[in-house]
Amino acid sequence: MISTTDKKNINLTLKIWRQKGPDNKGNLETYHANDISTDMSFLEMIDVINERLTLEGKDPVAFDHDCREGICGMCGAMINGRAHGPEKGTTLCQLHMRHFADGDTIVIEPWRSRAFKIIKDLAVDRSPLDKIIQAGGYISVNAGQAPDANAIPIPQETAETAMDAAECIGCGACVASCPNASAMLFVGARISHLALLPQGKPEAAKRVQVMINEMDELLFGNCSNHRECEAECPKEISITNIARLNREFIKSGFF
Amino acid sequence: MSWFIKTFQTSIGKKLIMAVTGLSFICFLMAHLAGNLILYGGENAFNSYAERLHAFGPIITIVELGLLFLIIMHVLIGSVLFYQNTLARPIRYKVYKSAGGRSLGSATMPYSGFIILAFVVFHLINFHFADKTGTTIFQIVAKAFENPLYVVIYIAAMIVLAIHISHAFWSLFQTTGINHPKYTPIIKITGIVISLVFGVGFGFLPVYVLLI
Repeated sequence: MISTTDKKNINLTLKIWRQKGPDNKGNLETYHANDISTDMSFLEMIDVINERLTLEGKDPVAFDHDCREGICGMCGAMINGRAHGPEKGTTLCQLHMRHFADGDTIVIEPWRSRAFKIIKDLAVDRSPLDKIIQAGGYISVNAGQAPDANAIPIPQETAETAMDAAECIGCGACVASCPNASAMLFVGARISHLALLPQGKPEAAKRVQVMINEMDELLFGNCSNHRECEAECPKEISITNIARLNREFIKSGFF
Repeated sequence: MSWFIKTFQTSIGKKLIMAVTGLSFICFLMAHLAGNLILYGGENAFNSYAERLHAFGPIITIVELGLLFLIIMHVLIGSVLFYQNTLARPIRYKVYKSAGGRSLGSATMPYSGFIILAFVVFHLINFHFADKTGTTIFQIVAKAFENPLYVVIYIAAMIVLAIHISHAFWSLFQTTGINHPKYTPIIKITGIVISLVFGVGFGFLPVYVLLI
């Protein structure tokens, strides 16, 4: 007989950031999360808390989530001071409660940056990241029939490096974990995956200029190479992409 | 000119100035250390080195003015970056933990920078603007380090300098876009070696002077 009770369930104390709206003052509120299954994901745990809050007639905790498969980039919060929690290469939805012990206190805070507005509680407006992408503009692709496969030769290694950069899901963990709230890893990944491929080359110089200008105007901080972003990125995107962004910028600015 | 100013007004542009000016300080410190190590050759060797250096005349003045300009750039732009970075997260986290990226050097960059600036002013007052009539540079140095407080200040400043450079060296390569699996490990090790050489090389001199 497999017991579904007892040891698999844990009791936690949660300190969750509650904030009514973008212009309200928020504060950490304490909740007791009793009888939480260790098989749950972190988001499922919040779902359970929200069901209990709703039954009690209280306001449930607002938080961002969508695919819950670790690929959409919608979820994310600071868990005990770590973006997406303590596990490496993991989004919040893929963080499971088995990584916590019975009796733990967990502090849950939203991403914080001057560029990101808090919508409510843990829900954060990350549209500034979209604005940077929009500023980047288009790539030149010929319209008409689908081109032949492999019509443009690209070395396998280059394609892989570009794909590694393209893995970015735009969750904002790099900004959230950066001591300077800089978006350089995000922009580095976006610039890299296009600059590496022939399709992205024609507009590469203009793209890096406008994206960096947009990033600065949105008041993200300046990168000082702390490497916290690389350590916290759920897709483990490397800061070599920031170096490539710097190279692309130097090329566009001086040559 | 507008493209030039525009490029340096961006965040990456400002960081490039930090990187290039910083690298020039490292080059200067290498020459400075090589000169200072002549102290081990004794009083006469050190004095004759100082004499030959001053024989360059106006070239020295030009280099000094150049260094002053680079220092002003490095300090001013560093301060702007530091100020912007404090503004970038107006509401701080109640709980924040490093994921292992930060180092002692990276976490203290602005602070160690300001300490080094204060030290440079102190150091220039001690030796550069000291009254040099009727005395030799060796005597000035020997007299300064008779005071144990000076020895402590100088050693402490050199430790701070070593911490600053431990992050600065590889960081300036990253900023200028030089990051490659082949070279980055070498660059990182070189940075640690350089900071140790500066820390120990400069830091031991006051002790040596005090002992002789």
